Formats: sequence, structure tokens, C-alpha cells
Amino acid sequence: MSDERNASYPVDGPHAEPAVRDALAATWSDPPGFIGMLCAVNHKTIARRFMVTTFVFFLLAGLFALAMRTQLARPDQRVIGPNLYNELFTMHGTTMMFLFAVPVMQAVAVYLVPLMIGARSIAFARMNAYAYWVFLFGGLLLFASLAVNTAPNAGWFSYVPLAGPDYSPNKGADIWAQMITFTELSGLLEAVVLITTIFKLRAPGMSLNRMPLFVWATLVTQFMVIFAMPSIMLCSTALILDRLVGTHFYNPVKGGDVLLWQHLFWFFGHPEVYLIFIPPLGFISSIIPTFARRPVFGYPAMVLSLIATAFLSFGLWVHHMFATNIPELGKSFFTAASLMIAIPSAIQIFCWIGTLWTGKLNLRVPLLFVLAFFFILVMGGMTGIMVASVPLDLQVHDTYFVIAHLHYVLLGGAVFPLFGAFFYWFPKFAGRMLDERLGKWQFWLFFIAFNVTFFPMHLLGLEGMPRRVWTYPHGLGWDGMNLTATIGAYAIALSVLLFIVNVVKSLRSDERAAADPWGAGTLEWSVPSPPPPHNFDAIPVVHGRDPLWEPPARPAFVAGLAADAREVLVTSVLDAQPDHRPMFPTPSIWPLASAVATTILFIGSIYTPWAIVWASLPVAVAMIGWFWPNRGENRLAVARERRP
Amino acid sequence: MNADTRAPRTRPDDGDAHDLVLDVRALPSFAFGHRSVMWWSTMGLMLIEGTVFAIAVMMVFYLRTRAPTWPMAADPPRLLWGTLNTVVLLVSLWPNQLAKNAAERGDRAKAALWLAVCLVASVAFLIIRGFEFAALNVSWYANAYGSVVWLLLGLHTTHLITDTVDTAVLALLLFTGPFEGKRLVDVSENAIYWYFVVLSWLPIYGVIYWVSRY
Repeated sequence: MSDERNASYPVDGPHAEPAVRDALAATWSDPPGFIGMLCAVNHKTIARRFMVTTFVFFLLAGLFALAMRTQLARPDQRVIGPNLYNELFTMHGTTMMFLFAVPVMQAVAVYLVPLMIGARSIAFARMNAYAYWVFLFGGLLLFASLAVNTAPNAGWFSYVPLAGPDYSPNKGADIWAQMITFTELSGLLEAVVLITTIFKLRAPGMSLNRMPLFVWATLVTQFMVIFAMPSIMLCSTALILDRLVGTHFYNPVKGGDVLLWQHLFWFFGHPEVYLIFIPPLGFISSIIPTFARRPVFGYPAMVLSLIATAFLSFGLWVHHMFATNIPELGKSFFTAASLMIAIPSAIQIFCWIGTLWTGKLNLRVPLLFVLAFFFILVMGGMTGIMVASVPLDLQVHDTYFVIAHLHYVLLGGAVFPLFGAFFYWFPKFAGRMLDERLGKWQFWLFFIAFNVTFFPMHLLGLEGMPRRVWTYPHGLGWDGMNLTATIGAYAIALSVLLFIVNVVKSLRSDERAAADPWGAGTLEWSVPSPPPPHNFDAIPVVHGRDPLWEPPARPAFVAGLAADAREVLVTSVLDAQPDHRPMFPTPSIWPLASAVATTILFIGSIYTPWAIVWASLPVAVAMIGWFWPNRGENRLAVARERRP
Repeated sequence: MNADTRAPRTRPDDGDAHDLVLDVRALPSFAFGHRSVMWWSTMGLMLIEGTVFAIAVMMVFYLRTRAPTWPMAADPPRLLWGTLNTVVLLVSLWPNQLAKNAAERGDRAKAALWLAVCLVASVAFLIIRGFEFAALNVSWYANAYGSVVWLLLGLHTTHLITDTVDTAVLALLLFTGPFEGKRLVDVSENAIYWYFVVLSWLPIYGVIYWVSRY
């Protein structure tokens, strides 16, 4: 023991002097200056950028929706022409699904998971930065295509043959397919980063059955990403091959099959709904115990429901294809599976009700958003049961009924809890609280406007209004409901504007948030708001599910990690026993350089297949540069090395 | 900060000398197998790529159920080069396992040597792979059968190329340095990924060369 006591470097611990804390903060900070920004790898820096980027995409996609609603406000309008309208609904759906809803959940997880599990960093911090840059460039590609008037216009699921070489001769469908490659590459890498973080970097004592439910939800979601996203990467690659080098995957004349697209797309596309929906279940399971002021009811049932939902979500994809010529037996099977997934969702809802019922409610804005989730999601779930049955689905397929259903599910299931989560964790993100009064205004305006916009769409669908029409004639009985929906859409925009005002106001105020303003029980609330670069001055030792609500126990903290190097504690998968303490990588420009090289490869391949050959060279160079160790870091690592 | 200038009594972490903290200073700085974070990322990539292969194989069988004959308007691929490559790939598992063993023993020189042997094997199967493409008896633009066979072989070839580059860079690093202990973990993970590339070839070999015969 004595030789370690005399180690020549500072180590951390609960009783360390302020100098050690400063050393830790300096070690884990991103470098200053513009170049330093481009080299940043701290998970909080990357996650903040990621969240802001996805939110900007959300706003832009919302503006597209507003443009469409303006066009549909009155019959026979000519504000927007048919081709631009096609581009708008394609861009709206594509952006909301691929550039907002799925990545924003990963972005929030990248910020919160290390704080919730008591870690100083995410695993593979550089890969995390690379995934962000790749995502950003993929999103910019899509918007650049709109700016130069070659935006995709075959809808967000880009069905063949419409998106194939015969019916979409311009570059739009290729750009759509490569945007998929960018975003899914980013999503898959984030999945690996998050799974490894959750399995290996938990604080000692945080066994799997003590993990916060948000961490469980994230873990389950990332496994779903791994099994779902390869399908769409493969199907969009096959599309681009059909279009660029004359393969025939989707060409029936040469033995291909157009339904192959639908199978591959929805094998991803249905789990995607749950990629969007399961992380919010984790938000809700974090918010409800805090505002009911008691631990969550039925923790094991909650965890098993998350896992069951994930499994079942892979058995539903054909219910998007009831209007095709698949066998009747298949349709019956997928109807049954679609109904079955209501069971684990119901179990979770009952557990939340149990928690709320037996708790002492603190009715703040985050909880309001969660309560709205119950109402709206249950509505969406009811119409979901309706469209899961074949005869009804055939009746309302491709009508506004489906539009209403999917917006109830996605906004109720994801956007409402997400706003609740922003209010709840904003002190951790920005060090300040959001204004409660403005928040209530935003909430009620959003809640009412949402129903004003989307409820009439159920009726429009039942009255036969098809989706994706750029205008409609007067006299079909659709005029009033369309006008109502448009008014509602503008009110939603106003409520989102209130949120932006609230954020800007809060960021400009001097009032700082306390470490634990809500009296919550999980580890992220044990550190200051916002957390220092190294998250924890001393890594906590965990003795229960809600560490801040548990009576104190010994040992309370870890000591002995280097303060002058990025040393982290790796623990065992199941029980989180301390195992070893590797050194993590420092900030670097290579992730950005590799992402730029990857972007050249992906965009080049839209224009010439040979780009796959010549542009892979810079990718290889950048990635080898990334891997090759730097001499200074190597010297430090060798000096500190301790063999197993 | 320079801790050496302080008297031992006033070291900043002096307060932690009692048993109320969990002291982790004695822990090793790297570990092999599922203990290391690298193992989990390798597993993650294998799951992703395994899913890609599985879905590509499903595409073959889906298109086959739609087709009146399989292969469509083409002879099945010639067996020679594909079978030869399968043998070479399986044989390469031997130096691969030796590299893994050497790394886990901490023997840098032997690990570098066996990695170099693996590299020779991977150059060999990349050359044979070229002949395999020529022996497919169909082009990717002839029909959907040709498209999907080229896709499957192309996907696996991408893995061969990336694994060759990985192995080359790692072998070079072991020979030239800068070296540190955790590079041995990289060798061990590289070996696991090699197993994946070889073993995933077996079902693909069966689908390309034998499913088109029955």
C-alpha cells in the first residue's frame, strides 16, 4: 500500500483538496479556441451540440408542416405547387423521423447516462464525436438538396417503384438514400457507445437491478438500434445500387420485387417507432418518482416490460403492409402481434398510476407533460388497435386517419415527454431553471393546439381525405376541419416559440440552479448544475436504486483514480465490481477529419460509383491517423501501466 | 501540480487513508476479454454486421421464392475458387489463435509474428476473392439473382479488406511502437473479429455456392 501512497501523481477521493478538483477539471476539459471546439470529445459538449442540432431540424421540419397546413387551409389553394408539396411532406417526415426523433433520444442519453451511472465519461468519446459529425453532415446534405432544388419527393418511406430509377430520375432519391446511410451509421455507432458505457462504466455497486429506469430504457433501445438499423442501411443501399449501377433488386422485369423494399423498410420502420417511444418511457419513469416523491412502483415489472416491448416490436412490421398481396394468414399473425404489444405498455402505465396514486404529487411542468402523455398516447393507442385490424386498415389506409394516428402516437409518446424531460433536466444541461409560468402557458397551448390540429384529421380520414394530396376541391365536406387543423398548427408553432423564448430568457438570466432543485433520487442530481467537466469529484459507491434517497452507507466513494490523466474505473457487467482502470483518449481533430472523409465518400458515391474506391483512401488515412498513438500519451500510459 | 514537493502528511488525498473509501489504486490498467470495453465494442460491431449478413441472406431466399428458377438465367458459380478460399480462411484461424494466445501471455514479439502470418493469409484470400467474382457466372446487372449474389459477396469482401487493413496497421504498430500493454488487448480483439469474418463466411459460402445448386 505504501508505494501507492507515494505515487508521484495526484489522485482523486472524497477528501481531496480543491487543487485535485481543479486538476480533474483541467484534465477532462475540452481544449479552448476554435480548433479546440472542433477537437472536443467531452460527452456533455457533444451531447449539447447533438441536442441543439436535432432541435434545429425539428424546428425546420415544423416549418415545413406549417407550409403544408397553409396550403391545405382552404380548398383549391395555389400557395404551393404539387411538386414543392411533395418535397415538403417528404422533407417533413424524413427530417422528423431520421434527423430528430431517433437521434434526439440518443443525444439526451449521451448527456445523461454517464451522469446517472456515476461515470466521468462515455466509452469511446472520440467515436461519439465522430458519430455526431457524421450525423450533422448527413442532415446538412438533405437540406442542401432542398436549397438546390433536388430534394427527395417520394415520401419519407421512399417506396419503390416511385423512388426507383424509372419514376424518380433526378438525384433526390439518391440523396435520401445516402442521408439514411449517414444517420444510421451515426445511430449504430452511438448504440455501441451507449451499450458499452452502460455495461462497463457504472459506479461500483450499481448492479443491473439498481440501474435507473432511464438507463434501462436506453440500453434496450440501443440493442433495438443494432438489430433494426442494418435493415434500412441494406435496403437503401440496394435502392441506390438499382439507381446507379443497374442492379435489379426492386425491378420485377428482371426478377426483383417491389415488396422486398416494404419488408426491409418496415422491418426497420416499425421498431423505429419504439426507438422513438422507449427512451421517453425512461424519461417518464424518471420524472414520475421525483414528482410523486416516492420510488417507482414495480421496478422489475417495468424493466421486463421494456424488454418485452422491444422483442414484440420486431414482430409487427407487416401491419404496415395490410393493403398489399401478402397471405391472409400472415395478416392475422401480425394483427395478433400488434395487439399483444399493448400488454407491456399497459403494465408500465399501471405501474406509473400506482406510483402517482400512492405518492404526494408536486404538479410542476415536467409532470404536466407526462400527464398529457397518458391522455394523448392512450388516444393514439386506441386508433392503433383500430388500424391493426385488417378490415379497418384497408378502409383507412393512406388517409388522414393514419396521419392522425401516427401523430398522436409520436407526439404523445415522444414529443410531450421530451419537453417534460427538457424542463426536468434543463438545470443539468444549462445550469439554470426554465421559467415555470411560461412553461405552463406553453404546456396548455401545446396540449390544446395539438388536439385541435390532429383530432379533426381522424374525421377527415374517415370522410375519405387521402394523405399526401396537395389540394382538394370545395364541396367534399372537408373545408371546415382542414381550416381548424391549420389554426391548430399555427397555435402549436406559437407554443414552440414560447419554449424558445423560455430557453433564451433562462440562458440570459444570472440565477443559477441548485444541484438538486427537484429533490430527485438519482446520481446526476448529486453533482452541481451544470456538472464540471469530470462530472464527479469522487466516483460514488452505490447502495440502492435511488442513491440520494437511501440512508448513507460505507464505503461512500471511490478514491485513487489519477487526477492528471483521463483514468476511468471499469466495473463488471452484472454487479459493477471494480475491475480495472484504463486511460481514455484525449481530445483530437481526427474524428472530425474522419467524418469529413466519410462525407466525401458518401456524397461522392451519389455521383459516381468509383468514389467508393478512391474516396475510401482518405477515410483509411484519417482512421489510421486516429488510431496511431501519440508519443506523449504513450509515455504517460507506459509509466502508469499496471499489468493484469 | 507537483505532489512531490509536498510532505507526505499533507498530500491532497491524505484524508482517504481510512477504510471509508473504496481504493482502486491497485487495479490493473487493462484487461482481456469481456472485462475490457474494447471487447464490447467488437461484439457490438459483430452484432451489427451479423445482422447485415443475416438480412442479406434473407433477401436471397425472398427473391428465390419469387423466381421460377434459381439461379435466374445463369449457371451456378464455379466451385473451385470459393471452396479453395473457404479452406484458406479456415486454415488462417490457426495463426490467428496463436496471435491471440501470444497477446494474452503478454508476448509482444510472438503476437507480432503471428499477426504477420495472418496478414499473408489475408492477402492470399483477397487475391482468390478476385477469382471468385470472375467465377460467379453472372453479372450484377443481369438480373436480381446476379444483383443479390454480388451484394452478398461484396459485403463479405468489404469485411476482408477492412480486416486486412486493421491487421496490417496493428502488426506494424507492434513491430515499430510506440507500444503499450493495451495493444495486446487490441490483438486479442482483432483475433475475435477475425473469427467473425471467417465463420460468417461459411453460411454465405453455402448460400452463394450451394443454394444455387439445389
